[in-house]
Amino acid sequence: MDIHEYQAKDILKSFGVAVPDGALAYSPEQAAYRARELGGDRWVVKAQVHAGGRGKAGGVKLCSSDHEILDVTSDMFGMKLVTHQTGPAGKGVYRVYVEAATAFEREIYLGFVLDRTTQRVMIVASGEGGMEIEDISATRPDSIVRSTVEPAVGLRDFQAREIAFALGIPAALTQQMVRTLQGCYRAFTELDATMVEINPLVITSDSRIMALDAKMTFDGNAMFRHPQIAELRDKSQEDPRESRAADRGLSYIGLTGNIGCIVNGAGLAMATMDTIKLAGGEPANFLDIGGGATPERVAKAFKLVTSDKNVQAVLVNIFAGINRCDWVAEGVVQALRAEPVDVPVVVRLAGTNVEEGLKILAKSGLPIIRATTLMEAAQRAVTAWKNDMAQNTKVRAVK
Amino acid sequence: MTIFIDRNTRVIVQGITGRIAQFHTQEMVEYGTLVVGGVVPGKGGETVHGVPVFNTVKEAVAATGANASIVFVPPPFAADSIMEAADGGIRYCVCVTDGIPAQDMIRVKRYMMRYPREKRMVLTGPNCAGTISPGKSLLGIMPGHIYLPGNVGIVGRSGTLGYEAAQQLKDLGIGVSTSVGIGGDPINGSSFRDVLEAFEADPDTEIVCLIGEIGGPQEAEAAEYIRNHMTKPVVAYIAGLTAPKGRTMGHAGAIISAFGESASEKVEILSEAGVTVAENPSVIGETVARVLRRKAA
Repeated sequence: MDIHEYQAKDILKSFGVAVPDGALAYSPEQAAYRARELGGDRWVVKAQVHAGGRGKAGGVKLCSSDHEILDVTSDMFGMKLVTHQTGPAGKGVYRVYVEAATAFEREIYLGFVLDRTTQRVMIVASGEGGMEIEDISATRPDSIVRSTVEPAVGLRDFQAREIAFALGIPAALTQQMVRTLQGCYRAFTELDATMVEINPLVITSDSRIMALDAKMTFDGNAMFRHPQIAELRDKSQEDPRESRAADRGLSYIGLTGNIGCIVNGAGLAMATMDTIKLAGGEPANFLDIGGGATPERVAKAFKLVTSDKNVQAVLVNIFAGINRCDWVAEGVVQALRAEPVDVPVVVRLAGTNVEEGLKILAKSGLPIIRATTLMEAAQRAVTAWKNDMAQNTKVRAVK
Repeated sequence: MTIFIDRNTRVIVQGITGRIAQFHTQEMVEYGTLVVGGVVPGKGGETVHGVPVFNTVKEAVAATGANASIVFVPPPFAADSIMEAADGGIRYCVCVTDGIPAQDMIRVKRYMMRYPREKRMVLTGPNCAGTISPGKSLLGIMPGHIYLPGNVGIVGRSGTLGYEAAQQLKDLGIGVSTSVGIGGDPINGSSFRDVLEAFEADPDTEIVCLIGEIGGPQEAEAAEYIRNHMTKPVVAYIAGLTAPKGRTMGHAGAIISAFGESASEKVEILSEAGVTVAENPSVIGETVARVLRRKAA
């Protein structure tokens, strides 16, 4: 789960990390007013979206008057900010953060991640801040300092000092750097983050270590014990189809093809997408209905997939272990009876209660195309889609 | 021989009174698994499908001589249950639970290290379908009837994709020594490499079928082990060629975040290590059969 920069800064500040003074605004007028409240004569105005690369996309502006803030934020509010992390659709700007501008001498990159090789928390830092970590590792890999944390004792001060010295931080600021690193580590572990990234962390002109940007991502599986973090979820930053699916216990990711997929298990769902591609089609989505799916959940999944107007054929692929083919079949029949669709539907069932499932499909009298293997299912879906398209084109030509 | 479990493995079910655990306890008993007990704090003295329930793992082990465990405990409490198994003398544990916080798993792994190697529990999962040694023992949630006994070792992240492979092998008359699910989570008990080592040492496994997916470094680590240490042939399939970068595909661990984590990069790394890679999920069985024939010739 992602949160906004201003929320991450609030959290890190409460763990002892220094951040510039700032205030949130929901309108241009409020932004100007907040700047006046903060005082000073230069402010940074930052669009709050769940994505990096905002600066290059025009989501971060330096302002030195009320008028300038009004102008800049009038453009920002309501825009779709497109960065290298948002995809072509971009993310809507509904909140803007106004901060006192900070003069600095040096920029540092600092990240905390779950390292899958050591299976521990790893600190990644570089003296080449301000650039994306991908660019740093491409151009200055030698500048990257890494340190993994022993989970039983947590981050030790000596490790933090080693990082400070490796980055060439002036000796007088070592303690501040240790405090910053310890604060980030405590926030990471105590709040079940999966990523904390400060880029840049700066040494200010008046010799303070301060986080000018902050990004935190949290472990969705741990939100049951952090209701105060769960509340920070911002649905305006999510794909509406994906939020709707998540609220119904389904794991869904919208793609750009036209064959809708309904599968059980993440691995099989990916394999199904790959097979559709191999058979000459393009998947419209990733969808895992999970284990023990009831007919109702299957019907909801069906409705979700067919609500995507790009979908021109549906492929249901179920290999039931913890699931039951009869429940899946019932769900498909329910969905089709409630809302008939005008695209071909291919169903492949295997595993637990497969005979019962096939009987339900046959008895329904619905025009469902059946398949026994994964490859057969993908080929039939692609063929049915192509035939359907050809027929529709003919119909349109006649009209 | 098999790996991790055989005919004599004595199993306890942690969280046995839950609805899903009850269903699968019955399935395991019907398959022939020696399910000797269950553990649910506060429900000691009850029975589920004739299986006695105990309050703690230590009590269950003392009373039944159990040496393996399967965990069906809900995500907030599952890590604690795995640690209880490790401390209670269990040697092999499967954790089925999906949705355990990653930091809990970091602590579990650290906790298991406090036991010397010869006493340390082996954990597979979490978020996995379990382990089956066909015809001998089933410690998991997979449909037992799709596995024939035989000499192919299967190791995979995804449960249902593992079923797909087993079914294809069965259709070709090929059997399985042991099938192990390592689960879809980023922090897991055993890696591909750990399971490959066990298959390499198992005299009844002739060939290994590895089923990976996008995300994480474990396929690349497996490739290095295969190149340097493995004498048995390995066939692999990697799911997610069409998966977009930076998106989590259902499994918490299935996200492409670094070089070498996409399906095509993994296919390349494995091929370079001498692994025969099945081009698509429909030909996993055929590919294993082909490599077996080549080996026999």
